Amino acid sequence: MNFETTIGLEVHVELKTKTKMFSPSPVSYGAKPNTNANVIDFGFPGTLPTVNKYAYKLGIMTALALNAQVNQDTHFDRKNYFYPDNPKAYQITQKEQPLAHDGWIEINVDGNKKKIGIEELHIEEDAGKNTHGEAGYSYVDLNRQGTPLIEIVSKPDIKSPDEAYAYLERLRQIIQFTGASDVKMEEGSMRVDTNISVRPIGSDKLGQKIELKNLNSFKHVKNGLAFEEKRQVGILMAGGTIRPETRRYDEPTDSTILMRVKEGADDYRYFPEPDLPDYHIDSDWIDQIRQEIPEMPDKRRQRYIQDLKIPEYDAGVLTDTKEMSDFFDQTVALGADPKQVSNWLMVNVNAYMNENNLDLNQTKLTPEHLATMIGLVKDGTISSKIAKKVFAETIANGSEPKAWVESKGLVQQSDPAVLTPIIDQILDDNEQSIVDFKNGKDRAFGFLVGQIMKQTHGQANPKVVNQILTAEIKKR
Amino acid sequence: MDYFNETIDSIHQKLVAKEMSPQELTQATLTNIQRLNPHLNAFITVNDQAQAPKEIDTENPLQGIALAIKDNILTKGMKTTAASRMLANFSPIYSATVTAKALNAGMINIGKTNMDEFAMGSSTETSHFGITKNPWNTAKVPGGSSGGSAAAVASGQVLAALGTDTGGSIRQPASFNGIFGIKPTYGRVSRWGVIAFSSSLDQVGVLSRHVADSAHVLKAISGFDAHDNTSSDSPVPDYTKITPQVKGLKVAVPEEFMGAGVQAEVKKQIQLAIKVLEQNGAIVDTVSLPHAQYAVQVYYIIASSEASSNLQRYDGIRYGFRAEDVHNLEDVYVKSRSEGFGDEVKRRIMLGTFALSAGYYDAYFNKAAQVRTLIIDDFKKVFADYDLVVGPTSPTTAFDIGSRIDDPLVMYMNDILTIPANLAGLPAASVPVGFADGMPVGLQLIAQPFAEQTIFNAAQFLENEINFLQQRPQIGGQN
Repeated sequence: MNFETTIGLEVHVELKTKTKMFSPSPVSYGAKPNTNANVIDFGFPGTLPTVNKYAYKLGIMTALALNAQVNQDTHFDRKNYFYPDNPKAYQITQKEQPLAHDGWIEINVDGNKKKIGIEELHIEEDAGKNTHGEAGYSYVDLNRQGTPLIEIVSKPDIKSPDEAYAYLERLRQIIQFTGASDVKMEEGSMRVDTNISVRPIGSDKLGQKIELKNLNSFKHVKNGLAFEEKRQVGILMAGGTIRPETRRYDEPTDSTILMRVKEGADDYRYFPEPDLPDYHIDSDWIDQIRQEIPEMPDKRRQRYIQDLKIPEYDAGVLTDTKEMSDFFDQTVALGADPKQVSNWLMVNVNAYMNENNLDLNQTKLTPEHLATMIGLVKDGTISSKIAKKVFAETIANGSEPKAWVESKGLVQQSDPAVLTPIIDQILDDNEQSIVDFKNGKDRAFGFLVGQIMKQTHGQANPKVVNQILTAEIKKR
Repeated sequence: MDYFNETIDSIHQKLVAKEMSPQELTQATLTNIQRLNPHLNAFITVNDQAQAPKEIDTENPLQGIALAIKDNILTKGMKTTAASRMLANFSPIYSATVTAKALNAGMINIGKTNMDEFAMGSSTETSHFGITKNPWNTAKVPGGSSGGSAAAVASGQVLAALGTDTGGSIRQPASFNGIFGIKPTYGRVSRWGVIAFSSSLDQVGVLSRHVADSAHVLKAISGFDAHDNTSSDSPVPDYTKITPQVKGLKVAVPEEFMGAGVQAEVKKQIQLAIKVLEQNGAIVDTVSLPHAQYAVQVYYIIASSEASSNLQRYDGIRYGFRAEDVHNLEDVYVKSRSEGFGDEVKRRIMLGTFALSAGYYDAYFNKAAQVRTLIIDDFKKVFADYDLVVGPTSPTTAFDIGSRIDDPLVMYMNDILTIPANLAGLPAASVPVGFADGMPVGLQLIAQPFAEQTIFNAAQFLENEINFLQQRPQIGGQN
């Protein structure tokens, strides 16, 4: 029997706001526990939520970037449950009138393009964090409590773990380009829950779905789903039935482990949040936000290929992250040759980032630096060999290339009046090499160039050296 | 010092004329409270440290005037209990907007008044801190849930008090105690720092013997608050500019408010008061609010549902009561809430949890929300033609202590006449107009959204005309 797989993904993305969704507390990652929390975040008696309009704006921007329809009449609801990291014992979310619905993104798996539908996007507040200490005590940190989130729910269009992986990659890329979120799995600004079911091909009913948690990277998602897919097919093939379960991905064994069997649906007793009036989004605001959406990766890629004549593969790499793409655009805008900029970024900058495990913005390199350096090579001030030295210095220490080159005396020597006497001297000292060269030994020419470069500490312009050397040999 | 028949304006004149000092006034208030409160138990906390202002600003009539504050309104650094064991030792680190506004206007927080636990009740009998008695007859309840505020005012301990009104909690005790009490339009006053019972219904208001005193205080506490997204940004009029007349005023009397459930003696007093309005130029008609009969049922579903959610935060983790002898998280929750909440609160939490649960939501919460809309529409239709809706505030006068506490349904029905204004978010007040069987009777005045001034004008007219305030209660009112 053959089976088909259906995967659903619920992606939570933290919106990049200065303050929380419903309180003026600052949002920041890594602060001392409970320092970014006020009476609202602690759920003190008498506190009330107030809506962060900027979070709404980022949410709308994300919705538009994901081709979704924005609901102009939104409302918040309460989702009730007890847990220490949930101080009000309810989460303010949007159930009945979410921010947006019916979006889609396009994925590409092994060259096959496919549209994946997005059911809805809604705004909600994040919970705090529980940590479990010694002697059975647990600790609650409410810094994260109230951080604005959007939850993005996929339609049941994803049919394989590879598609799930591609969907997440694409989703992260698009959201990153909007600037609405950092979308970093490792910092928790992007989190993924997933469910998966299998059914015999041709069955008109979806199989029993399993929820999968503890997915800390896209790779975990893919591996966990792949394991689950095989496990479920195995059960069905053996004549068994799938129970409704929540399972967790276990990294050491690369498998999934049962957390709990679900008995009936959780009852969160949703009802309209009475502390917040209906939130109307007028069309002018939506239009205005649409104008403000930064250029998306697809469009940038097209522009690089068509306008800047960058090869397709390179254009893909350059638009992988917004940081890289912005850096590229800014450097080109400063007048640097696009092909050169692309080469530096794809080869040297990427190598440096990988070696040192840094993001582009964590290095000391700026678009101004890179443009200056490329300019120095182009106008012959430095050789491309020296340029590598300059690059290493600038990206590590932030030195200004031109000033550094001058201070270190690395400016290339191209003046024939300076170079000719040096070359003549070398020729005088190596008469045998001239003879060899004239006898057809090309290697002798290379030897002479090497001697000249040595004499000039590598600063002689190789092009000019070639010209003078050829001319001077002819004279002898 | 007997300030029983003084008003904020008359006291202010005495302070300005230096007939008494602000210190003497504050001291006299504390002395009065110490003398009278033991008979009534109107206060949970008395602010013995209350500081009188050194100087009197001749332009500010509220300066140096004592204000009693219901104990579900946060007062920074002063215990705020909601009359619950759950918060018996809770000292807030911030003040409610209304507290801050009253104090900024120069008023003195003289103490925190008793109430039904978490404002759930109509008799102040569900308080963790003991019952409050009615100053007109100490065998009777003061009404509730703002019973402490009403008794403190009626007995002459303070000129004015803050209350909250979710289903009649200002107006019913005002009626039972023979004083004025007003619940403004929903959104007129900020709810920031007010311990939530039912967020879509709760509203802070004022109780006072004299109508004009409530106008002073309401003016001070009203207005938009960035902390409360449900507060209104419409400008606050000067409520103290009262025109005490009813000539040409179009008054509607809903037939549903004068039905069989209303005590005959109460009905008679109400009819007399309506006659006074009519004789002085008001145009009075009988109208119908056909869906008002469902108000109690709708209210107990919506208010309890919201309360079941609002009161979940009392979990014994971050503040408030935590049970001893707990072994795990479940224990902390279950024991703290079982021991920290009283019976009435638990009853409503259970009712609300049930009404919101999957499978019942549509039949209860959703249906109640729909009927609420019908009640709002009923009022809209009436207000298309009328300025005021009037009727009894309560179908009865104050009942005997202990007589209803074991019969929640009878207790709940006492609020049938006050609840509709909360469901529709309308401003409403109770003004004393007479006695039935020796206990005060209040006339309820309901106006259109943000038409508080219409209420103040009509109420002041009745205060002048009926002269109810010449009566003095059994406890307080004289030295």
